[in-house]
Amino acid sequence: MSTATLTPKRSASPSNSLTAGQLPAWTTPVVGAASLAVGFLAAWLLTGEIGLGLGVALSALVFLVVMHVASLTIEGGRRATDRLAKHLVVGMFLLALLPLVSVSLTALTNGINRLDPTFFSTSMRNIVGAGGGAAHAIWGTLIITGVAMAISVPIGLLTAVYLAEYGQGKPLARSITFFVDVMTGIPSIVAGLFAYALFGVLFGIGTVNGMGGAVALSVLMIPVVVRSTEELLRIVPNELREASYALGVPKWKTIMRIVIPTAISGIVAGVILALARIIGETAPLMIAAGFTQSLNTNPTSGAMMTLPVFVYDQYARPGVPREPYWDRAWAGALTLILIVMLLNLVGRLIAKRFAPKTGR
Amino acid sequence: MSKRIEAKNVDIYYSKFKAVEDVNMVIEPRAVTAFIGPSGCGKTTFLRTLNRMHEVIPGAYVDGRIDLDGEDLYGPGVDPVNVRRKVGMVFQRPNPFPTMSIKENVLAGLRLNNKSAGTSEQDEIAEKALRGANLWEEVKNRLDLPGSGLSGGQQQRLCIARAIAMSPEVLLMDEPCSALDPISTLAIEDLIQELKATYTIVIVTHNMQQAARVSDTTAFFNIAGTGQPGKLIEMDSTEKIFSTPTVKATEDYITGRFG
Ligand SMILES: Nc1ncnc2c1ncn2[C@@H]1O[C@H](COP(=O)(O)OP(=O)(O)O)[C@@H](O)[C@H]1O
Ligand SMILES: [Mg+2]
Repeated sequence: MSTATLTPKRSASPSNSLTAGQLPAWTTPVVGAASLAVGFLAAWLLTGEIGLGLGVALSALVFLVVMHVASLTIEGGRRATDRLAKHLVVGMFLLALLPLVSVSLTALTNGINRLDPTFFSTSMRNIVGAGGGAAHAIWGTLIITGVAMAISVPIGLLTAVYLAEYGQGKPLARSITFFVDVMTGIPSIVAGLFAYALFGVLFGIGTVNGMGGAVALSVLMIPVVVRSTEELLRIVPNELREASYALGVPKWKTIMRIVIPTAISGIVAGVILALARIIGETAPLMIAAGFTQSLNTNPTSGAMMTLPVFVYDQYARPGVPREPYWDRAWAGALTLILIVMLLNLVGRLIAKRFAPKTGR
Repeated sequence: MSKRIEAKNVDIYYSKFKAVEDVNMVIEPRAVTAFIGPSGCGKTTFLRTLNRMHEVIPGAYVDGRIDLDGEDLYGPGVDPVNVRRKVGMVFQRPNPFPTMSIKENVLAGLRLNNKSAGTSEQDEIAEKALRGANLWEEVKNRLDLPGSGLSGGQQQRLCIARAIAMSPEVLLMDEPCSALDPISTLAIEDLIQELKATYTIVIVTHNMQQAARVSDTTAFFNIAGTGQPGKLIEMDSTEKIFSTPTVKATEDYITGRFG
């Protein structure tokens, strides 16, 4: 339902004790355009060429100063500070956006060449030079992260339930929290070495397979899931738990049917974020899941390729000529970015689907 | 359906802090009993011991004996979950489950307790509870919409419907109208009058007129000072308490001289 809002036209009234000077609405775009011109001109005068970075930086500086001075003289100190803060916030936001846009664009322009059906349908088995694809790596990534998720989500979720619902101040809960925090800081390569060593002890030295990779990723994923889920369970109002107990519902069922469903959208979002974080891990997979050029869909035996390792492999160990290898590396990187984007999208949809219904 | 409650020498603690001391009282079935008294005197605390909700708070415990028709609520081996199925509760602030629709809220107790009932039977129970809570006419066309979309007064009546759908023996209400407007308050007071035909009702209220209007018996709690335990000062028919109380403090409180 959209209703047009009508702003009543007010005739200009003479100034009174409540009026204050105000910069007209066109000030920002005009000053912006002028600062760009001045900034780039200054950059050209200084260096003799039109440099993008220096130009933008100088323009921003000119814009900030001019707007501040203009606002200070016409609108007064409080409004000027307000404007300055707003411009700084927007500026920092754009600055933060820069690497993101740059990475996406670079990956897109370089990766699009090889983003063809062959890339998704063939492995690198017996491929030298052009052609080939990342089917083996895509499958490997999907399987390994899938298994890692299957391991981490139940462990992480139940640990969080223990911490938020049962532990409260008990020594066990406090030590778990401590170790979870320590685990959050583990370098990923250590997780890889841990999985490699664990599988070496269990199944013989040198065992490398998809499960090893999944275990390594779980070590990285579990603390993230525990932390985010615990926070979310804690913000579920206690009133809901009490309402449920007062109906004679046992504690475990209150948790399963009232507390977790109330927090589920956030929990799902947290899990997806954790997934997006581990899906790009390279080092632990190189150690624990190994390299291979052929498709292997069995996580319990033999090395398994994954996208990040594929990208590394193609880029760092190209044949001659290098171009087909580098093209494949970019296409692999682009595929990985697309998978992460897709994951985020799915996460949002699920979160929306499960979010507590707020009537009206 | 409705049962008599008898409390003997009840002391209530939050860890080391004794919040309520030595309460002895009888709550009659098919009647409304009101608890009044200044803030912090332990009305909520005592009410919550009647369905063993007190011990949900870490470190909280109860000393003494509370009988429900002669059965000790705190006896060894008594499962608090069973007690709560017999003694329902309505809280100070409406707290419908946000993930559930209106109908699911009403049926929450049944569904979460695995009471198997066919769809038509569930519909019947939901309708009966909502009619019982005077809410049916207002929500019958939007049973599948979220409960959080209702007004505060409607949400509170939804919570009452949720409690009575379990067919409890006793219904405890902790200041059920304190967050509501006068019209919703009247609706709930009317409802309490109807419900007392079937249930034992205990209501905590800060509102003297409300206690006078709805209750048959009134219990006055008081506290000697901060850090002291609350005590039951006197309990009698509402008429007597509001006309000729025997204790000076009660008279001072109900005439508004303190509290
Ligand atoms: N969760 C709690 N933990 C510790 N003390 C509490 C808690 N709830 C209430 N109390 C204390 O118990 C006493 C009685 O409180 P309460 O029963 O809420 O009073 P009333 O409902 O009559 O206003 C107060 O001194 C209060 O501070
Ligand atoms: Mg209270």
